[in-house]
Amino acid sequence: MRASRLLSHTLLAGVALAFLYPLIFAVATALKPPGETFGSPTALIGSELRWRNFADVFDYVPFERYIGNGVLVSGAGTLVVLAASALSAYAFTALRWRGRDGVFLVFLATMMVPQEVLVVPMFLLMQGLGWVDSYQALIFPWAFTAFGTFLLRQFFKSVPGELREAARLDGAGELRVFLRVMLPLARPALGVLAVFTFIGYWNSFLWPLIMINDVNARGTVPLGLQLFFGQNGNQWHLVMAASVISVLPTLLLLVALQKHLVKGIATAGLAGR
Amino acid sequence: MNPRTTEQWSALGFVTPSVLGLGLFTLFPVGMAVVMSFFEWPMLGTREFVGLENFRYLLGEDPDFLTALRNTFVFTGLYVPLNLLLALGLAFWINRSRWANLWRVLFFVPAITPMVANAVIWKLLFQAVGGEPNLLADGRTALLAVVAMSVWQGFGYNMIVFSAAINEMSPSVLEAASLDGATGLRRLLSVQLPLISPALFFAATMTMINALQVFTQPYILTAGGPGNVTETLVMNIYQAGFESRDLGLAAAGAWLLFAIILGVTAVQFLGQKRWVHYES
Repeated sequence: MRASRLLSHTLLAGVALAFLYPLIFAVATALKPPGETFGSPTALIGSELRWRNFADVFDYVPFERYIGNGVLVSGAGTLVVLAASALSAYAFTALRWRGRDGVFLVFLATMMVPQEVLVVPMFLLMQGLGWVDSYQALIFPWAFTAFGTFLLRQFFKSVPGELREAARLDGAGELRVFLRVMLPLARPALGVLAVFTFIGYWNSFLWPLIMINDVNARGTVPLGLQLFFGQNGNQWHLVMAASVISVLPTLLLLVALQKHLVKGIATAGLAGR
Repeated sequence: MNPRTTEQWSALGFVTPSVLGLGLFTLFPVGMAVVMSFFEWPMLGTREFVGLENFRYLLGEDPDFLTALRNTFVFTGLYVPLNLLLALGLAFWINRSRWANLWRVLFFVPAITPMVANAVIWKLLFQAVGGEPNLLADGRTALLAVVAMSVWQGFGYNMIVFSAAINEMSPSVLEAASLDGATGLRRLLSVQLPLISPALFFAATMTMINALQVFTQPYILTAGGPGNVTETLVMNIYQAGFESRDLGLAAAGAWLLFAIILGVTAVQFLGQKRWVHYES
C-alpha cells in the first residue's frame, strides 16, 4: 500500500513537471544571453544567468505602460462589474416589481451571445461615441454582464428574507439594507467575481487588438506582448523575459487566493447546472 | 406612497445601471449585427442592402470560410474530448493525494495566465525542439500542435470543476456500491461517473462553446498558416471585418458561428436526458 502510494506520488510529480516544462523553459530562456536560445543541445542553462534581460525588456518597449494600462483597465472594469451586478442582483432577489421575471429572462438570454457577434457592431458604436483607441472603450463594453448578476443572485438568495425584514422594520431604506446587510454577507462571492473579472480583463486580447491603435500609449499587457513579439521574434531571450513578466501578476494572484478561486470555480460551475 | 409603489421605484433604481449597460452594449449591438449582415458595409464609404448575399458568399464562394469552418470543427472535435479526458483522469488521480490542493493550483496556472504569453512560449518551444520543418510549419501537424497547446492551457479549469464534483460525491452511495461489489472500472463507470454527470455535462457544454470560438492560440502560433490549415472561424471573422474592412461580411460570419454554437448546445441539452443524472 505504501509503496503504491509513493509510486503514485512520484508519477504525479513527473506529470506535473512535464506539464510545467513550457513555463520552466520560458524562465530558462529568459535568463540566457542573446543568441543562445537554440544552442545545441537545447540546454536549459546558458553560458551565464543574464538577469539583465528582464530590465532590457523595459528599454525596448514601454512595458511598464502596458502593465499600468492593464491595472487601470482591469481595476476600473472590475469596479463597474461589481457595482452593476450587485445592484441588479439585489433587485432580482430582494425586491418585488412588475416585469421582474421577464427582464431576468432577457438578462439570461444575453449570456448566449458570443463576443464575436458583438465585436463588429460594437466597433461602430465606439466610433459613434468617439471612443476608438480609448480606455473607456476597453472598460465599458464588457462591464455589464448578466453572468455577474446571475452569480451574485445565487448568493443573495441564500440570505434569509427575515434579515432584510428586520432591517426594514428598524427603519432602513432599501439602499441601506443593500449596503449594510447584503453586501457584507456576499463578500466571498464578490471577491470571487472580482478576481475572475480582473483576470478576464487582464488577459483579454481580441477586443484590445481591434480597438487600440496606439499600443504604446494605451495597450494592455497581451497587446504589448504581441507587438513586442512580432518585432522581436528573433530576440527570443527578450520575448521570453517579457512573457514571464506578463505571467507574474496573475500567478501571484493565484497563489494568494488559491482557496477562494478553487471554491469559486466549483460554485460557479455548479451554478451553471 | 404605498409600500408596493416604493418598492417598484427602488427596484428601478437598482436595475437601471445593468439594464442600460446591457441595452447599449449587448442588445443594441445584437440588433445592429442583424441589420449589418444584410448589407455590404465597408468601414469607409457607402453601404448597400444586399439581402442574403453575404451569407451566400460565405457558404458558396468564399475560398476561406468553409476551410475555417472545417478547421474549427476538427479543432473542437479533438480539443474537447482530450481536455475532458485529461481533466477527468487527473481529477480522480489528484483527489486521492494528500497534496490535492497543490496539484490543483499547479495545473490551473496556464488557465489564468495570459493566453498570448502562453502561446508565445509554446511557439518558441515548438521551434526549439521541433526540428525542420517544425510541427507548426508543417501543414500535416500544425492544427494538432495548436490543439496540444490549447489542451495544455485549458484543461486545468475543468479539472477543478470535476475535482469539486468528486469531493461532493455522497459517501453513503459510494459505500453502498462497494458493499454491492462494485469495484475498479465498474465502480467508476456505473457509480462515480453518473454521480458527477451534471459537472461533466456543464464542462462539456462550456468547453465546446469556447472551442468553437478559438482565436488567440492559432493567431499567435501560426497566424492561420501554413496556407490556411489552422485558420479558424473567429479568425476569418476578424480578417473579414478588420483586415478586409467588410463589416457586413464579418457580421454575417459571426451569425453563422452563433447559429452553429446554438445548434450544438441545443443538441447537447436534448441529449443530456440520456446520460446526466440529477439528484432529486
